[in-house]
Amino acid sequence: MSSVSDWDVPNPVKENRSGLIGKGVDRYEGPLKVTGTAPYAYEVQPPSPPAYGVMVGATIAAGRITDVDTAAAEASPGVLAVWTHRNVPAQPPRGTKAHPRSTAGSKPALESDRVTYWGQPVAFVVADTLENAVAASHMVQLTYAADAPDVDFQARLGDAVDPPGEKDVEVGDFQAGFEGSPVRLDETWSTPIQNHVQMEPCASLAWWEGPDRCIAHTSVQMVKPAQHGLAETLGIDRDAVHLMTRYIGGGFGGKGQTYDDLTLAALAARALGRPVKVAFTRQQMMHGTIHRPATVMRVRLGAERDGRLNAMSIMTWTHCHSDGSFTEHASNFARSLYAAPNRLTGHRLVRLDLPHAGPMRAPGEASGTLSLECAMDELAETLGLDPVELRIRNEPEVDPENGRPFSQRQLVRCLKEGAQLFGWDRRLPTPGQVRDGRWLVGLGMAAAIRGNFLLPAKCSFSVDADGVITVRQGMTDIGTGTYTVLAQIAAETLGVPLGQVVVEIGDSELPPAPGSGGQFGAATAGSAALAAGVNLRKAIADLAVNDPGSPLHGGDSASVTFQDGVVALENRSETLRDLVRRAAPAGLTVEGEIRPAQDAQRWSTQTYGAHFCEVGVDPVTGEVRVRRMLGVFAAGRILNAKTARSQLTGGMIWGVASALTEGNAVDPRYGSLINQDLAQYLVPVQADIGDLEAIMLDEVDDKANPMGIKGVGELGNSGAGAAVANAVYNACGVRLRDYPITPDKLLAGLIAAGR
Amino acid sequence: MKTTITVNGQARSLDLDPRTTLLDALREHLRLTGAKKGCDHGQCGACTVLVNGVRINACLSLAVMHDGDEVLSIEGVGAPGSLHPVQQAFLSQDAFQCGYCTPGQICSTLGLLAEIAAGHPSQETPSDAPPVLSDAEIRERMSGNICRCSAYPQIVAAIRQAAEALA
Ligand code: FES
Ligand code: FES
Repeated sequence: MSSVSDWDVPNPVKENRSGLIGKGVDRYEGPLKVTGTAPYAYEVQPPSPPAYGVMVGATIAAGRITDVDTAAAEASPGVLAVWTHRNVPAQPPRGTKAHPRSTAGSKPALESDRVTYWGQPVAFVVADTLENAVAASHMVQLTYAADAPDVDFQARLGDAVDPPGEKDVEVGDFQAGFEGSPVRLDETWSTPIQNHVQMEPCASLAWWEGPDRCIAHTSVQMVKPAQHGLAETLGIDRDAVHLMTRYIGGGFGGKGQTYDDLTLAALAARALGRPVKVAFTRQQMMHGTIHRPATVMRVRLGAERDGRLNAMSIMTWTHCHSDGSFTEHASNFARSLYAAPNRLTGHRLVRLDLPHAGPMRAPGEASGTLSLECAMDELAETLGLDPVELRIRNEPEVDPENGRPFSQRQLVRCLKEGAQLFGWDRRLPTPGQVRDGRWLVGLGMAAAIRGNFLLPAKCSFSVDADGVITVRQGMTDIGTGTYTVLAQIAAETLGVPLGQVVVEIGDSELPPAPGSGGQFGAATAGSAALAAGVNLRKAIADLAVNDPGSPLHGGDSASVTFQDGVVALENRSETLRDLVRRAAPAGLTVEGEIRPAQDAQRWSTQTYGAHFCEVGVDPVTGEVRVRRMLGVFAAGRILNAKTARSQLTGGMIWGVASALTEGNAVDPRYGSLINQDLAQYLVPVQADIGDLEAIMLDEVDDKANPMGIKGVGELGNSGAGAAVANAVYNACGVRLRDYPITPDKLLAGLIAAGR
Repeated sequence: MKTTITVNGQARSLDLDPRTTLLDALREHLRLTGAKKGCDHGQCGACTVLVNGVRINACLSLAVMHDGDEVLSIEGVGAPGSLHPVQQAFLSQDAFQCGYCTPGQICSTLGLLAEIAAGHPSQETPSDAPPVLSDAEIRERMSGNICRCSAYPQIVAAIRQAAEALA
């Protein structure tokens, strides 16, 4: 049985003799990305010219396809195939797992005449060129029997049910604690549907080697479920699918699963006997891939006059697809954040005829902090307390929900250092007091928290006769920096320069890792890499001491050191290259593995941070500008100061967008999302972001994994939007609890407030 | 339709469907996949290339309109072993994460630097003075290039570094 105490031994990452761990080295694959030579899935050159597939989306949200007319499309120039549910090749029923250990079941495309969301792929056209395929796709005629779409989330709140297998979690007696509190807050916040909008729309390219082996390139965060799911859908052996995802143009959770582009590319490549590639259009991405569902969050806080919370509750209502059960767990993070003896958290779910809901960067926290962290700001004002001080007064000594000790918790330090660096003391508690020309200026802050996870993973390390170390892992890099941190771990562990490391990831034939998501990637993949590196060190040390030709011969293999490309034992040494070339000319390959520790659950392991934001509000137009923003974070040991900072600032900017611009509006008539492109779904652009900085505190969390690191990919997003919203209030005195805070709502608030 | 476009200094003769965009001509016909397709609608900037020295969205332009034009795509800017100072600055400043918007950002930067050098004003330019490479000018002029990874602060830093290196 593994235990976190097993990690309590020296290892090369902790020792960091070459100083590569933590160093802000440039991205490993950066030279390819800045020269446009990193091939993303649609850009891989297949063995012969590809055909082009285009999907056609349903124009109803619920109902049936009653008639299909593909004659015109089939007769259109260059068309090779036109498929609907009537003639798509047979696929095993949804969820089929011919292999009991498959990590995903069959996901048939064009499954039936049933339509369950607007934009659902219902037809597919393949042609010799993209232009011919697009033209023919417009000629496919589908007739529907549409049901009235059930998409009005607000109207259906009363029908919400407990998510499958879940119950509310209560500690103490919430109602009594709340009612007995001298100061109470009871307010409701709402957040809209959000879309990932990765800059690379989902895309796949597939071809077959003979009748039995499918080669697929796609853009996906998790390799093994993609491989298994495709094999199950094609009804072939899992090993008969070789799936690759080497470069991924953003994921953010939306590419945690595969979509019909992959299935249809593989099916069509088989049917046509040539490579086929299929990409979502930008517009198709909005409906055809998952989204972050809307929420309604009721927050109740009961406090003493000194600010100490007696009672804390956040209840979240959210929605998912009619066949689904995904739940936006926007209440969960609050369980570990602030002390309060009486606590109630839970979720309610409504099933709607909307597209599939799913995880999006910081699922839970991203939405949840937009309510609770603004509620804390409101409570601070009611109490006449500084919002930073209110949080410090509610700092728990142990996890307030379950009494577990914190593995590490530096939230207060984040708050204090952030306040000082930002100049928080210049904030005036009464809103609307500061003017800068036409702008009303305000400051806001919020806390950040995000869970930390470790999953099972494997990795292999090889050394060849040139002394080059090759890391192989079925891991992905979605922009997170995986390539780079794996290279750093390898170089540090084997004592070689970074230039002597090759990293191969994103391939189903490599040792399995869970992929990128939940900010568990670096910890999970990296810990497996460390284990493999340590095993390779042992193998190399054994090789040296057992080789009569080595100056290290006869020594103690446990004392061999690795640095600057040299293996050494006291004053005896030789280069790694010479050793391997002589003693193991074919090279050495070893595997390593990480598993979660059995006793890890004895600690509450989280990442923390504090955001500080200054905004300007134009009282005439209602425009909000983020002038500057600072985040201070504590997330364990940092592997790469440069890429970690980028992750954090990126997350913070996501928070800005969730506060101010982002959201999909639902058209209740058709059940579609009204804003389907980048002109209408507003992600931030360069001019939206002012000075923005992220700082990471020194920390090592030895309960998290053998490296003492934690994730940063989602932490930056948690709380960032609340800091913006609180700054908006401080600037102009208008509290909006219905996100995003757009000029129309803000103007109405300003007018109502007489400003 | 027969079209000849000079791409990265080389005359390329193509026989194209008139519906083919410049972006698809580069990506699907010339196998120059550095220019990216983020929206195919002129809304993201991932497809930015320079045509006769001016940055455009290659997805909004038909290839046959560019007969005789000079196109510079990211592949003509520099190669992994010989990075252009703008590419080097993006790498050093970590001005990208997934990298999908990056070729467009870099081509757009080249266009921006040329526009400032030529004195073209933007909304941020004072009415009584030529434009200078301020953060506000960079942010305004780079707002046609969306980065969902949100490397915006790093992109500003990279453009400053590149401008210094090129000065
Ligand atoms: S792909 Fe051309 S602007 Fe988006
Ligand atoms: S680096 Fe990913 S979109 Fe810009």
